Amino acid sequence: MENLRELYQQVILDHNKNPRNFRKMEDPDGFAHGNNPLCGDQIDVYIKIKDGIVDDVSFDGAGCAICTSSASMMTTALKGKTEAEADALFNSFHHALTEDAAYPDDVPLGKLEVLKGVKDYPVRVKCATLAWHTFDAAMKKLNDEVSTE
Amino acid sequence: MTNSAQYDIASIRKDFPILERKIWDKPLVYLDNGASTQRPVQVISAVQDLYENHYANVHRGVHTLSQESTNLYNDARAKVRSFINAACVHEIIFTRGTTESINLVAQSYARPRLKAGDEILITHMEHHSNIVPWQIVCEQTGAALKVVPITDEGEVDQEQFRNMISEKTALLGVTHVSNSLGSVNPVKQMIQAAHEYGVPVLVDGAQSIPHMPVNVRDLDADFYAFSGHKIYGPTGIGVLYGKEKLLNAMPPYQGGGDMILSVSFEGTTYNQLPYKFEAGTPNIAGAIGLGAAIDYVEKIGLGAIAAHEHGLLMYATSKLQEIDGLRIIGRAEQKAGLISFVLDAVHPHDIGTMLDAEGVAVRAGHHCAQPVMERFGVPATARASFAMYNTYQEIDVLAEAIKKTISMFS
Repeated sequence: MENLRELYQQVILDHNKNPRNFRKMEDPDGFAHGNNPLCGDQIDVYIKIKDGIVDDVSFDGAGCAICTSSASMMTTALKGKTEAEADALFNSFHHALTEDAAYPDDVPLGKLEVLKGVKDYPVRVKCATLAWHTFDAAMKKLNDEVSTE
Repeated sequence: MTNSAQYDIASIRKDFPILERKIWDKPLVYLDNGASTQRPVQVISAVQDLYENHYANVHRGVHTLSQESTNLYNDARAKVRSFINAACVHEIIFTRGTTESINLVAQSYARPRLKAGDEILITHMEHHSNIVPWQIVCEQTGAALKVVPITDEGEVDQEQFRNMISEKTALLGVTHVSNSLGSVNPVKQMIQAAHEYGVPVLVDGAQSIPHMPVNVRDLDADFYAFSGHKIYGPTGIGVLYGKEKLLNAMPPYQGGGDMILSVSFEGTTYNQLPYKFEAGTPNIAGAIGLGAAIDYVEKIGLGAIAAHEHGLLMYATSKLQEIDGLRIIGRAEQKAGLISFVLDAVHPHDIGTMLDAEGVAVRAGHHCAQPVMERFGVPATARASFAMYNTYQEIDVLAEAIKKTISMFS
């Protein structure tokens, strides 16, 4: 089980136990519902945009540790980013978890680096990216359900 | 804990080559038998022997190989008949699995008969494969789907069941054993009650067939469906048992070769049972592998297997309920060998990954039974499901791995 420390790093376990920005938002500008049909992870992502900048982002729902901690870290990483920066970070993060090659326009992942270990567990990649896909859908002001399929 | 002298677990385990596997350098502890069991060498060899020595298409040629394949294929059907004590071999329809068997009944039996106002009755603990085919046929016909509730223990509420069955009921679909809770339903009594209203009953036997002797005539089931891969046979092969009278009155499910007697552009005469429902080249190797699996199970004896698995269930239940923060979902009085559980501090998906690191394979998720998850207010569960080759020592490994998981997440 010790070999799982790479996947379940302390930071991840901490975010899972105490997720940041874990709340429903009143009057969000963007909202989307994310669902991973494989395991039943469900999260809602709420965003507020002010002058083209992510002013506030929060989430609620139920998911595994990878899903919950990734969502939590995502909210802290996105606050204060422009829409373009947020989009670039999403692309970079997604690339880091799914591709071997370095991302061409490498955007530093910062604290999100701890989630890179998920890449070695292909079935868990969807857990880590669910919040991001949901955020992406919310940004597009979709009110539909988004799926990682 | 000791096994009975007659039950030679060591020699059974030797028959399953995959049990030698190491997972992350740990011995495999395979507890995902509810999803699919492993194959004994006898099944693997039967399939290999077919392909190496006897294979050709069935019911087609006069040549030797076609004859040999046809004989082996027919033998497999005869084995299934005797295994579930059907009256005749042509009541055994080979399908792709339980799911296709249920869809066949929904489309060929129910669809032509259903009209608006009719009801299909199922229970709250059904697998999606015994829900969705009925939803589809209800949508096609205007019939309504009614769901018998389950109790907090995870048993079908028999009083509600008796209140809900009526002249309006066109068919009852009920699982023999719940795949997510382990509950064994009193299907014989339920069938009796349904028959008082002239209601035919389809029993989903996917989870019962590997764990207990099934006698379709004693149950008086009208339809009984199961899958080969859950009883140590190949994937892609399953069985629909149906009473001859019902099957004869049903139109074909799919059209194609083998299901016809003669074809012209003016019209087609359908073949007799069971071929009427087996369009196209069948899963020949799958059926023969299933026959070998049945031979194997009968050699060990389903009574002995059931007793062994019951012992494992009792032992695992006592071991697991000692663990702080662990809750068993499904406390039916009659249970088959599986335990669904949740941990206060750890999501089932994480449990699955953590246990895998200890070599323990369990299922994590909603088990294709989302209404059950909702009923018990959990997004998912972890499920350990037992088979004839599991040991008490493996239960100890499971319990230790769960404890390690909890301590890592606390």
